[in-house]
Amino acid sequence: MLYFPRWKTYLIIAVCVLGTILSLPNFLSRETLAALPGWYAGTRVNLGLDLRGGSHLLLEVDMNAVIHDRVEGLVDSARTQLRTANIGYTAINAGDRGITVQLRDPAQADDAVKALRPLSNNIGGGALGGGQPDLDIRTNGGTITAGLSEVALRDRATQAIEQSIEIVRRRIDETGVNEPIIARQGNDRILVQLPGVEDPDRIKRLLGTTAKMTFRLVDMNADPTTGRAPPGSEVLPSTEGGRNQPSYVVRKKVEVDGANLKNATAGTNPQTGEWVVNFEFDNVGARRFADVTRANVGRPFAIVLDNKVISAPVIREPITGGRGQISGSFTAAGANDLAVLLRAGALPAPLKVIEERTVGPDLGADSIRAGLMAVSVGFVLVCAYMLAAYGLFGAFACFALLINIVLTLAALSMLHATLTLPGIAGILLSLGLSVDANILINERIREETKKGRGVFGAMEAGFSRAYSTIVDSNLTTVIKMALLFVFGTGAIKGFAVTITFGILISMFTATVLVRLMMVSWLRQSRPAALPV
Amino acid sequence: MFRLRLVPDNTNIQFMRGRYAGLIVSALLSLASVALFFYPGLNYGIDFRGGIVIEARTPQAADFAQLRHTLNQLNMGQVALQEFGSPQDVLIRLERQPGDDAAQQVAADKVRATLAKEVPGTTVRRVEAVGASVSGELFYNGMLSLGLAMVAMLVYIWFRFEWQFGFGAIVTLLLDVTKIVGFYAITGMQFNLTAIAAILTIMGYSINDKVVVYDRMRENLRIYKKMPLRELIDRSINETLNRTLGTSMCTLLSIIPLAIFGGEALQDFGIVLIFGIFLATSSSIFIAAPILLFLGENRLRRGVPAPEGAQQPAPTP
Repeated sequence: MLYFPRWKTYLIIAVCVLGTILSLPNFLSRETLAALPGWYAGTRVNLGLDLRGGSHLLLEVDMNAVIHDRVEGLVDSARTQLRTANIGYTAINAGDRGITVQLRDPAQADDAVKALRPLSNNIGGGALGGGQPDLDIRTNGGTITAGLSEVALRDRATQAIEQSIEIVRRRIDETGVNEPIIARQGNDRILVQLPGVEDPDRIKRLLGTTAKMTFRLVDMNADPTTGRAPPGSEVLPSTEGGRNQPSYVVRKKVEVDGANLKNATAGTNPQTGEWVVNFEFDNVGARRFADVTRANVGRPFAIVLDNKVISAPVIREPITGGRGQISGSFTAAGANDLAVLLRAGALPAPLKVIEERTVGPDLGADSIRAGLMAVSVGFVLVCAYMLAAYGLFGAFACFALLINIVLTLAALSMLHATLTLPGIAGILLSLGLSVDANILINERIREETKKGRGVFGAMEAGFSRAYSTIVDSNLTTVIKMALLFVFGTGAIKGFAVTITFGILISMFTATVLVRLMMVSWLRQSRPAALPV
Repeated sequence: MFRLRLVPDNTNIQFMRGRYAGLIVSALLSLASVALFFYPGLNYGIDFRGGIVIEARTPQAADFAQLRHTLNQLNMGQVALQEFGSPQDVLIRLERQPGDDAAQQVAADKVRATLAKEVPGTTVRRVEAVGASVSGELFYNGMLSLGLAMVAMLVYIWFRFEWQFGFGAIVTLLLDVTKIVGFYAITGMQFNLTAIAAILTIMGYSINDKVVVYDRMRENLRIYKKMPLRELIDRSINETLNRTLGTSMCTLLSIIPLAIFGGEALQDFGIVLIFGIFLATSSSIFIAAPILLFLGENRLRRGVPAPEGAQQPAPTP
């Protein structure tokens, strides 16, 4: 226990020096860092949102809406399919997870099944087919049910969340937030972390908009004031406000879809000075747009966003260039946001913010200051006690404690772990816990000395006997913190991380490093008695 | 050579004399804590109950009456205002709003807008809005980690020591945890995720302490084969007393700055940990040891193989 081969000594010193070097970038100013190579300057502790300021949002994808959309689509397609196959029905109803069709003539059931089969998509198959149909079609006399299977529902959900994450990422990128974190959480949630964002209002609004844009014809035969629409049309409110034009009757058929947009930018109309959004279609969209406008000159064409009519301009002439303009009494911010939304694309389903935690940057700075203060005072107090209680050996322990903090910082920096406010509390607590090892060792050495052992014998026995106790007591803490890390969320995880590192590293600093110091001192000064 | 000793060396305090008193007092305190848990109950923070917390800094000293009046007009249920830190800093707590998770967001935005309008120059320094589904999950996960931690500790101690030790440790932990919960109930401190972290930390600390004392008992069991268990336990506690108190002192010294400088979030955490350190230190001596004494008499030595320690020359008494 007391003999250190030369290579081991050097290794221990090398670890300490290397750790110190790696933790240094955390203390350097921005200017100094800029002069250093990137890989080195980059080994810094990641500050959590609670320390640097920023916004943490947890979003939930409305899966019911996803399924509802698919079911609604099924109703429409079923109607078309049955009509083309000349099969009479009395009703098609949408259920929670599928549709039911009542046939006029039960004898046609087999034909109806055949007609409905193409509605089913295969999931999980490759290019060569295979996979499973997502619809489960059953007949019961004249009643046919087509239900989405469990696999289909799960597949839909996965698709929806992946698509949503992509769109969320695009939208946030458009806002220019630095280093956002966007990650899936669980089955239907998206975690969004926005460093430096003080008021996430705009982003919440951007993310809370589905931005499903469609171009549809206005039904001229119906009167919107009655609030009723003929089959195939629906009454939609207008965003223009005002009491005179509260709503439009709009055909359900989508002429051109927003998915075919290639670009959208905010601008002003040179004549009126009004804010507008200019858009541009891709090839498919441009062709459809041209066809529709050519066939419907003189009629109003509704631009519908999330089931609200933004505007319904009258088509004056065929628009063949694939470009157009939306004007709808926008503010500058409103036009910009709409352009962002259109560029980024529509969400497959509405997103809800279910958790928000925002910290302003000055509160973060206050927390850092408070944390540093607490750690410094804690360090001084613990060291003072150790010095008073164990003299020189206490000084060794204090030096080890300092190295412990430095190495913990280095480890956090290298792993780019996130330091949170509870994480600082963890560092503090691990100060107290890691000197426990030194207290155990020193007390033991003291006891062994009292029992009459010599200098070397007491040291040897002190270390070897205390060691298993140290391992035992530290392991129990590490187990706890692992649990906290797995089940905790957000900032609390940071507590588990720093305390785990602090304790694991203390197994090196408080035992190995301190032993090296003690042994070196012992060899050099050859004392007659130990200073414990 | 001056050395600070928290207790003199070679103490011979007969702790086991107080075994009944210790257990009874502890059991009574824990029972009282359980009662307090049900009535008046814990002050759950928004992590577990949902709701909204907004920390704002007003340009001048905050006018609480005006703020309360303004916010009450929003009709969002009970609004709790609290000053902390400086007179300019206001903590606004709102109950969980009726409706779904999104309703919390709407309400938080409304408060933000109202503050900006009614008290111009106010900066919102922190906003937390948690909906019911999230808070439900956080609570579940928190409780789950507490439960799992208990089991993990039991398994670990059982694995490393004889079962009597494991049993003693787990009973002590239960008594400790109930008292911490009682502490939360009495002080009315927010019971939230940080509280779970505090309880886990204290559990870890407490077990840590028991492991050290148990280790010594086990060692002494091997050395003094004839000594009555009661005397042996007392001896082990006395021998480790300086370490137990020393470590408690160091941990205390590292935590006290947290309670003083830690700010709103960490202050409570620090205070609970200070309470926990006292709790854990006393329970090692007055709970864990007596349980071992009751369980272990006549049994603990059975099946313990003659350890290496026995072959060594007997230590001088």
